[in-house]
Amino acid sequence: MKKIGVFVCWCGSNIAATVDVKAVVEACKKEPNVVFAEDYQYICSEIGQNKMADAIRDYKLDGVVICSCSPRMHEATFRKTAEKAGLNPYMIEVANIREQCSWIHKDIEEGTEKAIVLARTAIAKVLLNAPLQAGESKVTKRALVIGGGIAGIQSALDIADAGFEVDIVEKKPSIGGKMSQLDKTFPTLDCSACILTPKMVDVSAHEKINIFAYSEVEAVSGFVGNFTAKIRQKARYVDTAKCTGCRACMEKCPSKKSLNEFNAGLDTRPAIYIPFAQAVPNKATIDPNACIKLKTGKCGICSKVCTAGAIDYEQKDQIIEREYGAIVVATGYNIINLDKFNELGYSDCKDVITSLEFERLTNAAGPTKGHLICPSDGREPKKIVFVQCVGSRGLRPCDKQYCSKICCMYTAKHAMLLREKHPETEVYVFYIDVRTPGKNYDEFYRRAVEQYGVHYIKGQVGKVIEKDGHLEVQASDLLADEQLHIDADLVVLAAAIEADDTARKIGTMLTASMDTNDFFTEAHAKLKPVESPTAGIFLSGMCQGPKDIPDTVAQAGAAAVKVIGLLSKDTLKCNACVASPNENMCNGCSLCATVCPYGAITYVDKEFRIPGGVQVRRVSQVNEAICQGCGACTVACMSGAMDLKGFTNKEIMAEVESICK
Amino acid sequence: MQVENKTFKPTIVAFCCNWCSYAGADLAGSARLSYPAEVKIIRIPCSCRLNPMFILKAFQRGADGVILCGCHPGDCHYTTGNYYARRRMTTLFSMLNYLGIEKERTRVEWVSAAEGAKFSAVMNDFVATITALGENKKLEDLRCKK
Amino acid sequence: MQNLKLREKIEEMSGVSVLKCMRCGKCSATCPNYDEMEFHPHQFVYFVEKGEIDKLANSKSIYTCLSCMACVERCPRQVEPAKIIEAVKLLQIRKQGNNHLKPEQVSVSLDPELPAQALTSAFRKYSK
Repeated sequence: MKKIGVFVCWCGSNIAATVDVKAVVEACKKEPNVVFAEDYQYICSEIGQNKMADAIRDYKLDGVVICSCSPRMHEATFRKTAEKAGLNPYMIEVANIREQCSWIHKDIEEGTEKAIVLARTAIAKVLLNAPLQAGESKVTKRALVIGGGIAGIQSALDIADAGFEVDIVEKKPSIGGKMSQLDKTFPTLDCSACILTPKMVDVSAHEKINIFAYSEVEAVSGFVGNFTAKIRQKARYVDTAKCTGCRACMEKCPSKKSLNEFNAGLDTRPAIYIPFAQAVPNKATIDPNACIKLKTGKCGICSKVCTAGAIDYEQKDQIIEREYGAIVVATGYNIINLDKFNELGYSDCKDVITSLEFERLTNAAGPTKGHLICPSDGREPKKIVFVQCVGSRGLRPCDKQYCSKICCMYTAKHAMLLREKHPETEVYVFYIDVRTPGKNYDEFYRRAVEQYGVHYIKGQVGKVIEKDGHLEVQASDLLADEQLHIDADLVVLAAAIEADDTARKIGTMLTASMDTNDFFTEAHAKLKPVESPTAGIFLSGMCQGPKDIPDTVAQAGAAAVKVIGLLSKDTLKCNACVASPNENMCNGCSLCATVCPYGAITYVDKEFRIPGGVQVRRVSQVNEAICQGCGACTVACMSGAMDLKGFTNKEIMAEVESICK
Repeated sequence: MQVENKTFKPTIVAFCCNWCSYAGADLAGSARLSYPAEVKIIRIPCSCRLNPMFILKAFQRGADGVILCGCHPGDCHYTTGNYYARRRMTTLFSMLNYLGIEKERTRVEWVSAAEGAKFSAVMNDFVATITALGENKKLEDLRCKK
Repeated sequence: MQNLKLREKIEEMSGVSVLKCMRCGKCSATCPNYDEMEFHPHQFVYFVEKGEIDKLANSKSIYTCLSCMACVERCPRQVEPAKIIEAVKLLQIRKQGNNHLKPEQVSVSLDPELPAQALTSAFRKYSK
């Protein structure tokens, strides 16, 4: 027979004022299996805890019920005391007779009656409780960072500086991401390359960091502390060990017509290329879609000019399998496709450009060496119109519903830099709202208006058409209640940003939840901003939502700290209240696996001894390290094989019965 | 009939998810927002842990009303648990309706950890509804009667 | 906030929710007949939001609107100003004797080039 002890707390007068504590004790003594019941002023106090521990030892209790405040308050305290006294911590049940009884009822008779029912219910449950043991799993002390932009770089550096190995997987030939394409950064106007490239060099020189550039994550399996990732290293057709980055091949390559992605397609590059001067790794890559040798088998000029003998047309994709303890997602963003915005003429007029193209046009390392010209005929623009919120904050299918966050600031930056370099140009910015929260941000925007004389106009551009080599911009000025017709040379669109197109694939691979915009969701919007709900997955940068460089770096550092915290442990303690299937009842239908939000359930073929032989059946298996104990599977299971430890069907049924008695 | 209703005290089982609604009930308590003592709360980790069998069992054992409280859709601690619960309860309730159980006897409410006032209001309203409906006899198993 | 009842009426007739408007002014930027109007598309939406329907109903602007639907097409928030104008126009016409144009005036201003469909649709807007 199980021996149960009951403690009823007074909580000073908090409980004792509206619940007759003595009567509860007496009622509990009458319950079956209860061998001990006592009341005390404050059970959570040290004396109260000692009393509890003594009772557990003296009466050799198998379970304890404490009638006190909410279990959310002191359950952990009571469990610790029980464990110290030699009782399994999960053999403790708390009957909430304060928040859910004494505090809400004024009549002592009513309160006592309810408290007795609650105590009885807890006794009924604890009688069915089984001792639980939280499992443990080991931690692989290496982190994977997916994406090599500023977010990935910062996270990798911080993790590596703490002494853990880090692998960065970047799909492009070089790390650096979008930040490497930018000219200046707001609000300080430092040159983007000047602050980014040293970090890129740090990454490549760091002994703990391994860069897999021109690679993609193909598959991820496992769970927190024990992930296994398959990384596809795409064929560069260049032996990176031999390539010195001398660029002789780039000069001699006869196929020079490919659009240069790094310059936002504003100029062309050869088929064999290094994307930009400070690329890390500084190794050439052959674009198989452009290379004459790879397409037709004739050419091979690059291999002739390469003194290092690095060219290898036979190179194949390689699959690398590595184990990781934690994964940081830093897949970043892209700007949206503007083909659907034909009123703004992006696809028809060459002089309508995106802000990213504008960055490249003003960048000293860009296609025009920083000399701002109209892409159509190379003339210097005299009148420039910036349009904000193109595709942001809209409800049409081509729009994004969110604010892209960075456009207000970079447009102010563009306008300011323009007026500084070319004071004779007229600059108009059409805005809906100017959103510049952030340290020194609003001051920055005001400087653009007050010091640099940028014309900010509250209104939108309705139409852009090309006429006689100029752009006719029709727009509204809401404050003046006028329709404006501006004869502009260049129109710059602040296109909305969207999650990178690989994000969805990676999210599915990691079973990390995402929102409808393909941004990764955080485990808690306020309190767990860099963790994914899936344990062991952390979020860094734009993949979680629009943010600027300072925010990205801050978040990247925060994600790194979480990774370091995880990797510094040798083993992880799992949640003890996890789902567990009864293999004898499981029919292998997979329903539980489909409802599990964490991918904790897998299937295995298992041998079962049956009369006259052995039968192989497919049964479900719960990975206790991943299961968070929500119980969705227990209800989905049709054969009733799945149960949740600590909240078993029998336990809850007993509670129901006890209440309805 | 009138006299009988006055003394009738319904038995009500409230299933609350641990992360939102149970905390909401605690908040109602700390704010001293009273609701009838007939409501007895059972803590479950997530609203999706609620097996429809538990509700049937409650009715069978003489409960007059059963209410499920969970996090607001989209706020589930386990991301999608309350969506499962919502679907399952919709199905169950239509079945109960088919069996002739008044649809007011069952209810699903979303109560966040900050909504102590809502919790109390919901419980007051639910108890009033059930009291007006009277005793549940349809599913009651007489063998369980004392 | 003058007449929210009337606002609800307009919203019901047009099927448009004026509260969706984020006041970007794209409708007025797109409008090809802007200079002919006393009130402009974004003001239509704003007046309805404030419940100042009378101001609109008594303005000639509602008849100057070409119903070209450029603002409907371009509005990023799917507020669809032209539909509001149409609703205000209807509200006005539904009142007895409130026709903007008397049927006998039509022949005076009739342009032989006018498509027959324009005439038919114009007559649909007369009450009696």
